[in-house]
Amino acid sequence: MITAIAIVTDGLVYAAWLFVVAIGLTLIFGVMKILNVAHGAFYAFGAYAAATAIGLYFDRGWPVAGGYLAIATAAIAIGLVMGYILERVFLRRVYGRDEVVVVLITYALFLILEDVLILIWGTDGRSAYQPYTEAGSFTVGGLPLSVYDIGLVGFAGLLAIAASYTIKKTTFGRLLTAVIYDRETAAAFGVDVSRVYTVTFLVGAVLGALGGALTAPKISVTPGLGVEVIVLAFAVVAIGGMGSMEGALVGALIVGLFRAGAVHLIPQLELFSIYAVMALVLVFRPQGLFSRAQPRKI
Amino acid sequence: MQRTSVRACLARKVSAALLLTALPVAAVAQTAPAAPAVPPVKLGIVTFLTGPAAGPFGIPGRNSAEIMIEMLNAGKVPAPYATAGLAGAPIVPKFVDEAGSTANQVTEFRNLVQRDGVNATVGYVSSGNCLAVAPVAEELKALTVFFDCGTPRIFEEKPLKYVFRATPHATMDSVGAARYVLKKFPDLASYSGINQNYAWGQDSWRDFVAAMKALAPKATVDKELLPKLFAGEFGAEISALLTTNSKIVHSSFWNGDLESFIVQNGARGLPARSTMVYTAGETAMFRLGAKIPDGTIIGARGPHGVMAPDTPLNKWFRGVYEDRFATAPTYPAYHMAQSILGLKSAWDKAAAAKGGQQPAIDDVVKAFEGIEFEGPSAKIRMAIGNGHQGIADIAYGSFRFNKAEGKAEIVDVVRYPAECVNPPANMTSTAWLEAGMPGAKCN
Repeated sequence: MITAIAIVTDGLVYAAWLFVVAIGLTLIFGVMKILNVAHGAFYAFGAYAAATAIGLYFDRGWPVAGGYLAIATAAIAIGLVMGYILERVFLRRVYGRDEVVVVLITYALFLILEDVLILIWGTDGRSAYQPYTEAGSFTVGGLPLSVYDIGLVGFAGLLAIAASYTIKKTTFGRLLTAVIYDRETAAAFGVDVSRVYTVTFLVGAVLGALGGALTAPKISVTPGLGVEVIVLAFAVVAIGGMGSMEGALVGALIVGLFRAGAVHLIPQLELFSIYAVMALVLVFRPQGLFSRAQPRKI
Repeated sequence: MQRTSVRACLARKVSAALLLTALPVAAVAQTAPAAPAVPPVKLGIVTFLTGPAAGPFGIPGRNSAEIMIEMLNAGKVPAPYATAGLAGAPIVPKFVDEAGSTANQVTEFRNLVQRDGVNATVGYVSSGNCLAVAPVAEELKALTVFFDCGTPRIFEEKPLKYVFRATPHATMDSVGAARYVLKKFPDLASYSGINQNYAWGQDSWRDFVAAMKALAPKATVDKELLPKLFAGEFGAEISALLTTNSKIVHSSFWNGDLESFIVQNGARGLPARSTMVYTAGETAMFRLGAKIPDGTIIGARGPHGVMAPDTPLNKWFRGVYEDRFATAPTYPAYHMAQSILGLKSAWDKAAAAKGGQQPAIDDVVKAFEGIEFEGPSAKIRMAIGNGHQGIADIAYGSFRFNKAEGKAEIVDVVRYPAECVNPPANMTSTAWLEAGMPGAKCN
């Protein structure tokens, strides 16, 4: 019984983390058709910014609750700044170019930003554990769980609801949907596609940074952490379907639960399980679970 | 090799020509006659300068190399290393980042040897990189001293001529850990392990289990977890460990994974159920301080750092390191220092055999085999791996956070002699462990 509880809770916690990281990636691809490798850099910068903010905040002996606000503020600030610079200075110049060119540019930006990160924060790891350890723990069926981890599940759930509401119920969401379906037709109907792109990229960057910022209190923040994440995020997005938010949620749940099951039942297959699921899905649904097959344009 | 000799010969001729040119000036100046200039020894230093392993491992290693080379060149290292450089030749280091793929490391190593013409290389933290570089070093006949990687397989799979490792391998860490665990928990019924899924983690766990089987045959393994390197997130693994009745959990984690794991398992109360055993824990104890529960078993891959003896060489090393970098040297710094001192010992011995002349690389290789020398924390004997693999004593202790002074400490330190925790020369580590560690001398 305790193993079953552990598989479900661990799967949900891991899925929540994956979803927060992957949703920005899939949003940018869905709207802009950009496979943004630099998303890993947003994650890494978000983690460093949060670690710095947490350090500054807790060094002053301020109340623990405000530390969570510091995490969010740091992520939003760094995400907006980076997203704006990257979109305005680099990506704006290559809209409409071959997708491979754009991928290469985001890959180059990712590598450059990894070094920029070292120039700013150095090579030493950073610790910002207070928000995680101070949150405490509680026990379910004999299994101690971290309040912070369960809070992350709640946050991811709220994020999914907010994303769904924004897409389906708001004017901006409808504009996004129009651009996703056909950029040229949307532009012909007067949609400011350029503005939609900028806003989308900024939101995606903030979400990427938020993923890193929320992870920072759990880990030793070290250079290179964006590399590990981007690979997993791509796996999640590929399972769910490129550009699909529902897909990102379901993909994250599948990966999270399969990985947790493997760790508890067949630990040797932990890493294999993630990519085996991805391969299995892609064999039967090459476009992912939630992406519709695209008509071929002649 | 031929390339190096030609290069050295040319350098000597150029130096001689320069000396002749300078002679009249010197005569006019009426100064003491200048000693013939000795061509420098180019030394490649490879360690993590970026990436997750840089902070806890690469940078202490780099810093240690910087100090040791500077002090050796100035002749300021205490006896028995008080002579300048390598047999009088100044050392010129070239630092290379170990970050990147294994294939990239092989390319960088070839560049060091073939393009930059280094005379020797000291480096590598990652066991995967050591395994990949070793055959290339042999192919290029390039003297290479591994300084920190721990996999025992380096010299056990195939005899090597140009590769050395002054740092003992992972078997010592695992056997020492097993002996210390059983001293603390003589009636241990079961245990678990979480180790990174690559050469170092796999070898460490394999050796620990084998040592436990030899020393406590009734103790069983509960959980055997091998998450990927740099995973960072260990929620599921911690849950899996929480579902067991293991009294101890063995881990050879290092880098950011070690710190992340300590924080995450502490927040969920794992140390309250199981005593944690970190064979490389010393690198994290000063950074995490009170986050590590008292009683945690800590290793330092040798009697390094706070477990090092109070010898003049150790006092000097700690002093210069702390003065320069405002932090205590952790075990990767010790590993680098003892590797460079091993190279110096061999170089000086080879030069002495040639009447004080600079030795060829093959002479240094010959002198290095089976050599004994003093490291800052222990005597190193290149006793196994056909004289290419060092053995030394190891120490383990229990962590305690001194609240009054606000500092991390190690108490209940037990030092195990080299022959107690290392296989003999005629056996591989696996064979020795499976045979029940015959010939181990622990008293």
